[in-house]
Amino acid sequence: MTATLTAAEKTAAEPVVRTTATRKRLVPYWLLLPGVLWLLVFFALPMVYQASTSVQTGSLERGFEVTWHFSTYWEALADYWPQFVRSLLYAGTATVLCLILGYPLAYLIAFKAGRWRNLLLVLVIAPFFTSFLIRTLAWKTILADGGAVVGALDALRVLDVTTALGWTQGDRLLATPLAVVCGLTYNFLPFMILPLYTSLERIDGRLHEAAKDLYASPATTFRKVTFPLSMPGVVSGTLLTFIPASGDYVNAELLGSTDTKMVGNVIQSQFLRVLDYPTAAALSFILMAIVLIMVTVYIRRAGTEDLV
Amino acid sequence: MVRWIRRNLVVLAGLLTLAYLVLPNVIVMVFSFNKPAGRFNYTWREFSTDAWRDPCGVADLCGSLTLSLQIAAWATLGATVLGTMIAFALVRYRFRARGAVNSLIFLPMSMPEVVMAASLLTLFLNMGAELGFWTVLIAHIMFCLSFVVVAVKARVMSMDPRLEEAARDLYAGPAQTFLRVTLPIAAPGIAAGALLAFALSFDDFIITNFNAGSTVTFPMFVWGSAQRGTPVQINVIGTAMFVIAVLVVVAGQVAAGRRKRDTVR
Amino acid sequence: MTDTNTGGDVRLTGISKTYGSFTAVHPLDLTVPQGSFFALLGASGCGKTTTLRMIAGLEEPTTGTVFLGDKDVTDLPPYKRPVNTVFQSYALFPHLDIHENVAFGLRRRGVRSVEKQVGEMLDLVQLGDYARRKPHQLSGGQQQRVAVARALINHPQVLLLDEPLGALDLKLRRQMQLELKRIQTEVGITFIHVTHDQEEAMTMADTVAVMNGGRVEQLGAPAELYENPRTTFVANFLGTSNLIEAAVAEGRGAASDIVVTAGGGTLRLPADRCGAPTTTGGKLLVGVRPEKISLVHADDAGAIAAGRNQVTGRIVDTSFFGVSTQYVIDSPAGSGLQVYEQNIERDSRLAPGAEVVLHWNPAHTFGLDAAQDIQAGVETVEDAT
Repeated sequence: MTATLTAAEKTAAEPVVRTTATRKRLVPYWLLLPGVLWLLVFFALPMVYQASTSVQTGSLERGFEVTWHFSTYWEALADYWPQFVRSLLYAGTATVLCLILGYPLAYLIAFKAGRWRNLLLVLVIAPFFTSFLIRTLAWKTILADGGAVVGALDALRVLDVTTALGWTQGDRLLATPLAVVCGLTYNFLPFMILPLYTSLERIDGRLHEAAKDLYASPATTFRKVTFPLSMPGVVSGTLLTFIPASGDYVNAELLGSTDTKMVGNVIQSQFLRVLDYPTAAALSFILMAIVLIMVTVYIRRAGTEDLV
Repeated sequence: MVRWIRRNLVVLAGLLTLAYLVLPNVIVMVFSFNKPAGRFNYTWREFSTDAWRDPCGVADLCGSLTLSLQIAAWATLGATVLGTMIAFALVRYRFRARGAVNSLIFLPMSMPEVVMAASLLTLFLNMGAELGFWTVLIAHIMFCLSFVVVAVKARVMSMDPRLEEAARDLYAGPAQTFLRVTLPIAAPGIAAGALLAFALSFDDFIITNFNAGSTVTFPMFVWGSAQRGTPVQINVIGTAMFVIAVLVVVAGQVAAGRRKRDTVR
Repeated sequence: MTDTNTGGDVRLTGISKTYGSFTAVHPLDLTVPQGSFFALLGASGCGKTTTLRMIAGLEEPTTGTVFLGDKDVTDLPPYKRPVNTVFQSYALFPHLDIHENVAFGLRRRGVRSVEKQVGEMLDLVQLGDYARRKPHQLSGGQQQRVAVARALINHPQVLLLDEPLGALDLKLRRQMQLELKRIQTEVGITFIHVTHDQEEAMTMADTVAVMNGGRVEQLGAPAELYENPRTTFVANFLGTSNLIEAAVAEGRGAASDIVVTAGGGTLRLPADRCGAPTTTGGKLLVGVRPEKISLVHADDAGAIAAGRNQVTGRIVDTSFFGVSTQYVIDSPAGSGLQVYEQNIERDSRLAPGAEVVLHWNPAHTFGLDAAQDIQAGVETVEDAT
């Protein structure tokens, strides 16, 4: 230690602690305030109102009152459990189909497209620009009775098999579970492809070479290197597909029949047509709970925290 | 032949998926030139350019389109401003309740739309709000906000904080630093967020369906026409939006490519 | 600020910085004379960058005061201080071209016509032809020069350099060291340079402050620090030192030399080259630089002149470096002693296994407090980048 430093130790004995300006510390709160307030009032508060509505009784004419009528939940479940099961089944099937269909395309864009990469990406995103309702209506044409698709599947005897499985009815595709799942898969496919592409694109191409160098066959390379590294994309892709699909009612309404109604259809009609607000609120709450629980368990199992 | 297929299996499967994705757009485009027999435009009858020559020929169609564009523009503005502020606070500052704010941002994205739509409607009903333009706008800003935060956050996070320090070191006060350095560098992220917000708002149906009352946006119009009869004009507008969007993207790509070449030389 | 006023010294008094319970910089006093080239040297996390940032105003000191000349600037924000920084990895604005990057500071201070000054400054750093390029289109060395130009154009009283050469490869780094030294001599501004590279600090700076664990270990001219280190950290961090654990046989008394015993032999060192207390029987670390030591084969030990410090040992390893040969020697006094011998006349007997005698002038010996960690400041594989 030099002499100057010993002097320094002395000044340290009585430190002058500076108080940082409180104004500066408030900056993040001012930045957060409007947006967070918006979400609190128009996202969180409505949840509270919905919770309270779900335990109300009454009628539209006499008005509704909170009576802590919890049996609405049981009644709603007892009446509409087939729609719940159907929703989860359809959304789950659509998610798996999206993964199976989307993965090769994401892989193709990430590793094999070369200078076509941007064009392919545009083609994946472009359908968004036409209203999804118009595009869903187009499936009515594609799957129309007596159309080319129905004709081809009938000739190949595929329709016999799917009818036996209960997915279609006779020589129809429209108004069947298959049509609804097909529409759901179509609608949410880009939400699967884009996260998959993002995580695949980040993979260093040299890893494939390293795997090959270490005697891995293409199949093993995919199983041991590529797929594990694309897990973040798989997780966020499946979530982005499953969550909206489970609450969707557009595909079931436009492409399905009364036998393919999902829970979204029930909530919509209870709220907007039947005007039975307590039942609708209870149904909505149950759906939210189911989805949140499934998502939480799934994220835990998949072990990925950085989803967004 | 079999070996060739095996080797290119991924490419073939990918292209098939792409076909599945693009097929409905092709149908929409082809059927914009149809002259259907009845009220519904689902089966091909004969070629006609009638609808293209008179895109607003159906009552309320273009009115709903204008309304949708207006709502999307305001929702984009609102969500982008609020979302950008939140993103900056989250990335740049340490504060209490950080986890709670993150959850509040994440939850709207991890909830089926119908749940948000229904709960928002209970709020509006309880408050006795009149459903219409304003309730739709409020709802759109709410669900677009999270997506803007995510887009801007990603950009701001990858931004070197030393750039702002350098600006302050070079005699730029807080306002100047923000305007001259922070904002220009964060701009691509903010633009991406705004674009996403616009697309989400413009195409939203479920939340609008619950909270619009008797106001008719373009998706609401299409929904209604699926019950009453689908005019060819909706295909015309769908096709036009598709073509315009693709052209804008391609033009942007070309311009970016040219700029890159110019500067590298 | 534009006029190059005399400015004065940079004075830090009792300045410290704590983050929660972690103390990055312990209270320290430091005076950097005007016009000097001053280096803050230390390993990463030693507090050197924090100190620099407190001078720049980018970090608020927990205690203490920063003076520029007679002016207390502690509470001034960075944009009001006549101090500019060359950042680590440069922090050039990616959205502005080179010309606008360099003009940034002038424009913020409301200077109207910047063309001439920017042109001259770019010529000074030999980048006149690159004015309209974007930063990412330049090489690392060119970006570094832009960063220097962007800071210097403001004629700051003090230029702060935060590891400015860290991102460059070795050859370019040597070149830029000379370049920076030239610029400093030319403009005559005080430079405060933060680096972890001891060679860089010693070749460039007039005065070096060696920092460790948030404190300044020693401060002085490079040669003074090298020849007479006061702590094991300085001895090991600046170049290489042989440190031998010894017992004091004859303390600081009437004689000007201290006598110690180590490994069965006695060694002498000048009393004024020992900063540690020397009570007879107490412990002391005796140090000597590898190049000060001469090496002879044990058979020739008789030829060593009287009065020199001597240590016997056996060669365990040799490395040939062209101009010199490095020997590693185990001896009763300590293992792993290093000796650098100039390759003037090579003795072929000096091979691994050979018994040798190390001898050196006692005047090159220094004494350190034995209570310290003998390994402090030794670069390990993990440290080396």
